[in-house]
Amino acid sequence: MPDTQALVNDFLNKLKKRKIEGSQATAKQTAELLRSVISQTRVPYTNQAAALIQSVKAVGERLIAANPVELAVGNVVRRVLHIIREEDLSLTAAAMAGVNLSAVSDDEDDADGDNQPVLSAAAIAAASRSTLRPPSLQTLLEDVPDFAAVPHTSSSGGDSEGKSKSADKSSRSRKLKHDVIEAVNELIQDISTCHEQIAEQAVEHIHQNEVILTLGSSRTVLEFLCAAKEKKRSFRVFVAEGAPRYQGHLLAKELVMRGLPTTLITDSAVFAMISRVNMVIVGAHAVMANGGVIAPVGLNMVALAAQKHAVPFVVLAGIHKLCPLYPHHPEVLLNELRSPSELLDFGEFSDCLDFGSGIGAPLLHVVNPTFDYVPPKLVSLFITDTGGHNPSYMYRLIADYYSADDLVLQRRATSGN
Amino acid sequence: MDPRRSARTVSDPKVRQVGFFTPAAPPERSCSDPPRQLDPIQSLSPSSAQVNDHSPSVDSVSPVMIPPPPHNNSDTLFRTDLQVTSPKTAFSYSAKTVTLPTENEDVTSSLSPSRKVVTVKSSSSYPCVKASSVPASELTTVSVVNLPPGISEKAGGASVEVLNDRPVSSKSLKEKTSKAERRALQEAQRAAKAAAKAEGTKASSAASKVVTSANTKPSKAAKPSSQKNDGSQVAAFEKKVGDRAPEKDRKKDAPHPRMQYDDTSRVEKAKKRAVVKQTEVRNRVELFRHLPQYEHGTQLPDLETKFFELDPMHPAVYKVGLQYLSGDIWGGNARCIAMFQAFKEAIKDYSTPPEKTLIRDLTARISSYVSFLIECRPLSNSMGNAIKFLKNRIAKLPLVLSESEAKATLMSDVDRFINEKIIIAEKVIVKHAVTKIRDGDVLLTYGASSVVEMILLHAHELGKQFRVVVVDSRPKLEGQLLLRRLVRKGLSCTYTHVNAVSCIMQEVTRVFLGASSVLSNGTVYSRVGTACVAMVAHAFRVPVLVCCEAYKFHERVQLDSICFNELGNPEAISKVHGREDINYLDGFVNQEKLQLLNLVYDATPSDYISMIITDYGMIPPTSVPVIVREYRREHLWS
Repeated sequence: MPDTQALVNDFLNKLKKRKIEGSQATAKQTAELLRSVISQTRVPYTNQAAALIQSVKAVGERLIAANPVELAVGNVVRRVLHIIREEDLSLTAAAMAGVNLSAVSDDEDDADGDNQPVLSAAAIAAASRSTLRPPSLQTLLEDVPDFAAVPHTSSSGGDSEGKSKSADKSSRSRKLKHDVIEAVNELIQDISTCHEQIAEQAVEHIHQNEVILTLGSSRTVLEFLCAAKEKKRSFRVFVAEGAPRYQGHLLAKELVMRGLPTTLITDSAVFAMISRVNMVIVGAHAVMANGGVIAPVGLNMVALAAQKHAVPFVVLAGIHKLCPLYPHHPEVLLNELRSPSELLDFGEFSDCLDFGSGIGAPLLHVVNPTFDYVPPKLVSLFITDTGGHNPSYMYRLIADYYSADDLVLQRRATSGN
Repeated sequence: MDPRRSARTVSDPKVRQVGFFTPAAPPERSCSDPPRQLDPIQSLSPSSAQVNDHSPSVDSVSPVMIPPPPHNNSDTLFRTDLQVTSPKTAFSYSAKTVTLPTENEDVTSSLSPSRKVVTVKSSSSYPCVKASSVPASELTTVSVVNLPPGISEKAGGASVEVLNDRPVSSKSLKEKTSKAERRALQEAQRAAKAAAKAEGTKASSAASKVVTSANTKPSKAAKPSSQKNDGSQVAAFEKKVGDRAPEKDRKKDAPHPRMQYDDTSRVEKAKKRAVVKQTEVRNRVELFRHLPQYEHGTQLPDLETKFFELDPMHPAVYKVGLQYLSGDIWGGNARCIAMFQAFKEAIKDYSTPPEKTLIRDLTARISSYVSFLIECRPLSNSMGNAIKFLKNRIAKLPLVLSESEAKATLMSDVDRFINEKIIIAEKVIVKHAVTKIRDGDVLLTYGASSVVEMILLHAHELGKQFRVVVVDSRPKLEGQLLLRRLVRKGLSCTYTHVNAVSCIMQEVTRVFLGASSVLSNGTVYSRVGTACVAMVAHAFRVPVLVCCEAYKFHERVQLDSICFNELGNPEAISKVHGREDINYLDGFVNQEKLQLLNLVYDATPSDYISMIITDYGMIPPTSVPVIVREYRREHLWS
């Protein structure tokens, strides 16, 4: 346990100091940390899931509080919680096949278990999962008590099925933790391979002689473009440099190294050039439940320009970027202001920036935000590792990955913050 | 052409009424000042106009001087603005009064009585200045001797100018000096029209014309005078001239195509002539092959070594060229002023070589200077306008002037242009714009526009409480200079990058932008990034006010930022000034696949612009063609 504590503290520090760059790395490290937290958690004989959830939540809250703007942390914490619930459910169902135990944490599950004691484990899991979610056509169908056939593999819980079968064999006490860790491992795997999965779809979206514009740098975008290039598509890329971090230079360099004709432009030239561009492809920092995007600064401008010229604005986002929250005033609340030194030379303007001199308030303020909010109406398409989606569908996609119970996590975290 | 002409004669008064005095117009004007209303009505019947008007001679021309159809359009357009901003109407009418020599003389004359009122009304603004610096002041040097006694001062000014033009182009057929002076004046005007029309073609012949005294001018009926046998014929003829001249002018005034740099043969030709040795950039941006893409930094040392070899180039011009090249002088106004100061120097030191005439030789000289400056850095539209003005002035120099007088006239013209069109225009804009700043405003500006800076400082001096957001972008980072100056004066500023503009825009209440040029379709051609800022402001429903002097208005049109633009130094893209940690592209700049594009300007569509503040007043972007037209009349046809 002290071992985990040290890990958690270390990670907290990194988050606070913004040492971890990129939501993918953050997500992966969060998942790994939570995995070790789970494995270190001593579980009581009864109500194991609750104990696991408890410990994960405790760590998760602190992680989120450390960097509330890095939504990937919260996303992964919620995903892990969701995994625990799912695993618990499937185990419960498996156990209920024999004895009707009610040692599960969720009271809805009790009700379900009572009503349908003889259903297969997977079916119960699916049914109980459905109660956690808003009703949909699929869950309505699943409620029909016709489970003689092979249980459905629901899109979300594909992994839970295999485990639920094996759950029959071994005792539940050891099994839950083991299963959860397995599932978290799969999550980590998913996060680290999301680029490839997104990139696989590149050829479906990029045609010959296409002109693509992007801003800043995103590994997803790089892989996406390179995948298309490897499939012998020839196209041209305009890269806006993405001041003040100038990640665009990095992307341009990578693209040139892979033999793509690349033109580097300043951010201000985006409007001038977008009329000659066929498609805008960008990465995201996070995708909100309403289909809005928290993206690197400058993208709102690009999205507006793209809309003006009717250029498709495509956002690439791995699943760990899907956030189940709805944004409120995201330009301020989900933003982060970086150091003015990136914009102004302190040496030149030190006298103006000084709070101590004169009347107290400095004459000069420097605003250097990290993120921009792109409203859903400006986004044409999301490409995630499960395929392309409309902005209006994102809430549904997100509902597959998170359980409604865990949304509270954020609220508690922020209030505790 | 003949049938059309005769048709015109028939419908003449009506057309005139439509063109300048549509039913809607007189009441509106009457409400602004009653005396004016009278005049148009009277001038409808030529006879009564003759009786009543101050300048009968001028007015007698009116029946034949029909505004060509396009004018009608633009005039109605113009009127729509009138309703928007009354000071501007007043002004532009007075402007017309000042310098319309020919076809609109009727208007001029009819308006002239009320001119006083007009200028008084808009006394806060430019017109005053304008009136004070009416060409008459300089041009009286020629002679006003033959002006009809009844003529008003204003009309006198206009006609004097006409007289001056005459010897340049008209044949000097000495005829009966006893002709009615009114008639003479008509002739003079017609000749002026012809001069305007044939200014280019006839320049040579005109130069060799006998220098005639001012006194003989009115009597000298131009060659066409033989044609007019009776009154009706005269009318027809004059109408023809009156008609055709603007048409031809129109054709001529259509901006001629610029040099396209993807035309290899022409580029080669141009290179042979060029003073500046240019080497092309290795990785030219495909999309911009039609624009010059030269290595930066190589020309300067080369030119410096050539300093003493360049015989024909005046040192002052040379210096300005180098300053353009090195980027020491930037900003539309600064560049224009520097250019004109250099030209002034050059004119001062100019002496006509033997066997040559001043008008032709000096024009050629100026042209060579201009092409040198273009090699240093492509001209902006505003400079194009300024050069046109100067050349026009040279071409219209009366031959009677001695060399020193001509030089003095030109130099004072140059000074007048700088003073009126830039310095005072800026002041007028500031006066207009300050009325749009309220306490508690958050004003956003992009880049560093000299006019916007003056506006902000002036508003601050007036004690208005507001905050300024300075948005900046790479690679020039001009905003930092502006920021420095504003903060020094004690303005509260926020500084940010163009990328963050959508984050900051929520708190902004007004956006003030400068412009390099305003094109006649309402497009604002300005520092790259202006379009982005205007677009975001538009998306956030923040009004966008563009501040631009009228001499920067241009009759070109442009829809995108690609067909015409200027490319800066690509090196500036790969290197981030002051950020040594950004070195990803070191050693990559010469990669074949990598192109660095440093656009200097972009075109902001007119739908993003709420208002253009100019020295003529505050206008919507749809009224830009009117300003262009008025300006051209005032300065290029005069």
